[in-house]
Amino acid sequence: MNRRAIRRLASNVMVGLMVLAVVLAVLPLFFILLHLVLKGASSLSWDFFTKMPVPAGETGGGVANAIVGTLIIVGTASLIGVPVGVGAGIYCAEYPHSRLTWLSRFVADVMNGTPSIVVGVFAWTWIVARQKHFSALAGSVALALLMVPMVMRTTEEMIKLVPNSLREAALALGYPRWRTSLSVVVPTTLPGIVTGTLLAVARIAGETAPLLFTALGSQYLSFRINQPMAALPLTVFTYATGPYEEWHRFAWAAALVLILVVLLLGVGARLAIGRSSVANG
Amino acid sequence: MAEPTPRVETDKLTAMYGKTTALRNVTLSFASNQVHALIGPSGCGKSTFLRTLNRMHELSEGGWITGRVLLDGQDIYDPGVNAMQLRRKVGMVFQRPTPFPTMSVFENVAAGLRVNGRLSGSQLADIVERSLRHAALWDEVKDRLKVNAMALSGGQQQRLCIARTIAPSPEVVLLDEPTSSLDPQGTQRIEELLFELKREYTIVIVTHNMQQAARVSDTTSFFYLGAMVESGPTRQMFTAPRSEQTEAYITGRFG
Amino acid sequence: MTTATPPAHASSGAGRSRIPLSLRGAAYGDRVFNLVLICAAALIPILLGFLVYELWTGSQLAMQKFGLDFVVTSVWDPVAGQFGAFPLIFGTLLSSLIALAIAVPLSLGVAIYLTEFAPRVVRQPVAFLIGLLAAIPSVVYGLWGIFVLVPVLRKTAFPFLRDVLGFLPIFQGPIYGPSMLAAGIILAIMVMPYVMSVSREVLLAVPNSQREAALALGATRWEAVVTAVLPYARSGIVGAIILGLGRALGETMAVTMLIGNRHEIAASLFAPGYTMAAAIANEFSEAATDLHFAALTYVAFLLFVLTVLVNAGARLLIWRVARGSGAGSKAL
Repeated sequence: MNRRAIRRLASNVMVGLMVLAVVLAVLPLFFILLHLVLKGASSLSWDFFTKMPVPAGETGGGVANAIVGTLIIVGTASLIGVPVGVGAGIYCAEYPHSRLTWLSRFVADVMNGTPSIVVGVFAWTWIVARQKHFSALAGSVALALLMVPMVMRTTEEMIKLVPNSLREAALALGYPRWRTSLSVVVPTTLPGIVTGTLLAVARIAGETAPLLFTALGSQYLSFRINQPMAALPLTVFTYATGPYEEWHRFAWAAALVLILVVLLLGVGARLAIGRSSVANG
Repeated sequence: MAEPTPRVETDKLTAMYGKTTALRNVTLSFASNQVHALIGPSGCGKSTFLRTLNRMHELSEGGWITGRVLLDGQDIYDPGVNAMQLRRKVGMVFQRPTPFPTMSVFENVAAGLRVNGRLSGSQLADIVERSLRHAALWDEVKDRLKVNAMALSGGQQQRLCIARTIAPSPEVVLLDEPTSSLDPQGTQRIEELLFELKREYTIVIVTHNMQQAARVSDTTSFFYLGAMVESGPTRQMFTAPRSEQTEAYITGRFG
Repeated sequence: MTTATPPAHASSGAGRSRIPLSLRGAAYGDRVFNLVLICAAALIPILLGFLVYELWTGSQLAMQKFGLDFVVTSVWDPVAGQFGAFPLIFGTLLSSLIALAIAVPLSLGVAIYLTEFAPRVVRQPVAFLIGLLAAIPSVVYGLWGIFVLVPVLRKTAFPFLRDVLGFLPIFQGPIYGPSMLAAGIILAIMVMPYVMSVSREVLLAVPNSQREAALALGATRWEAVVTAVLPYARSGIVGAIILGLGRALGETMAVTMLIGNRHEIAASLFAPGYTMAAAIANEFSEAATDLHFAALTYVAFLLFVLTVLVNAGARLLIWRVARGSGAGSKAL
């Protein structure tokens, strides 16, 4: 074989190896989804969604308290995190040369890379240690802290996409700055901001570590954010690492529900961006 | 006979961006109910000049002025003047149509009306219709008022922007190359519109199209390299300009 | 030189009203708006500062008692009040290194394939699928790891490694299942999407002229990549790898479910181990003494500092190759 043919062969071998890498990379995804469905779907029942957990070791019951708990904790976190994130994002986009903008962006990047368990410890020292009891609120605060940098970044990027001519048109009509932002700029990018928010919510909905010693988890249904509360990721963790077969089955089912929620939020986010008027207009 | 106060005047106006001077010592006056054209090659400062008339210049990075700009004899750069209220009296239409993309045709025209207090639904509807008629757009959109503004064609969008600008009844309307992104039909519609509009408003239009200036304006001012070279009645400017530079530009020797 | 304008007709319509004056020209609404926004933006650095402050003060009890010895001692005895974090730090670094050793070749292979070789139709779907991997919560990885991955490893891969490579100390000793190696493998799967997507962005930022120049000189596609694209993107790719490292260092749930949770340093990768994040996750809700809490908070503080430094280094490297293109900002 001449040199050129050998080099060709080498090139093709490398491509073959790379295709193998792709296959290996995507394989776990299929297996995880497959096992989730195989092992979890059979436990999904009306009871699963509506009943409370039964005492350890017994069969039956459900994870209704965890589903409600996740809704409350994630909802509260969003109530805190979204306004702060969107507000900070609008500020950074409208005043790009301000020093505060530079500082906020830098800090947001640092927070994005911070392990969620560290944020959980922070929430613990700030709220749980001072109040001397665990609470869903502390968990929500930890999740909100994780959410804010994400929402801030996407909001800022979306607002920057709005052409300056639109702002000028509003200002030329005599609009004050605040009205320009709220009546013209933000509505134009609203689909993008919603997408960013939904993606951030999807991320925090699956977080377990920050809740381990803030919301703590609970066997009971609770609506009080000042007390421990169950949450779906916590349920998966507790049941998966527990000794009972029934728990293991429920862990799979709960994980399946969790994945479905995360995927649905992600799909919802993509649909929102499809209707962006900035992209179309 | 005493001359009435010109609608808009500038007195030794110098406009800068940071340390760079864009306009030097411009003194001009514009009479009411006329169309005043500003012509000159690219980068000569005519758009900057326009933007000083409604205080949009200061919204640009590092924009500031020395000198005075007077609206009906009142200095609009007086520290006590509310710039936003000023802009409701001096409206501006931009080069590319910029309808607000999330609003309907009706909402776009009404956009400038909502800032100054509440108007009843019927008052709003009346003003919107009047503005659209003045902008020669009413017949084309009267059945589609609730349609999103982006559904209109480019020329229609620009007329919509004009309707939006005149809805709050400004006194002066500034137009910055309003037809440069339109096709010939759209351009003609807007030029015809200017004849109508000058009956109610004072118009200042920047254009790099000399034929357009000759067609539509009553006075023309020629800008070059940041200075206002010559200004006068349009017919005189185009047939017997006093300055050599003006003549060179008008006959197409540069620019 | 101006000329007098001809006398105007008597004005019709709009009267000549004066412009209303107002104080300072700035609307009240604008000031409120700005204030609200500034509060929101300022809250972020304030909260981070508060976080550092709380971690610091929360660790004081342990910092004063153990000082920097904390980092190098290995005894962890809550009852006796002795805490040394060296096994945790060791385990954190080792598990992350194993993860990178597996994930980096895979990620780079996929990234290069998708950027340089893959047919257009394939690119988006594959990138999307790998993005899905990033969306799976850590605890779900852990669940799958406990019941699927670890049993498989224990029955097939680990014995195989011991048989074939058992002369190496790292592949000797009893096989339980939960182990440093198992944690490293699951970390590799979790980290791979990030390294892959950032590498891909970095590779896409390499100007086409580089590739074309190599191809014009007669290189094969692969050779063009190796000689022209990779060297150009090198620091960016290193940045992507370090970003992956930053991710791996902080991973908690999947690791704590697969690593065995023992404050020990063993030579064998089949032995259980511990990481900083796993220790905090396991012990925090059950700690009884103030010193124990302080020790765990100290660990959290160290973990924070470690990940901040690693991530800062990563972003610097990525920025150097793909400056302005925003590469890497979405990976976080």
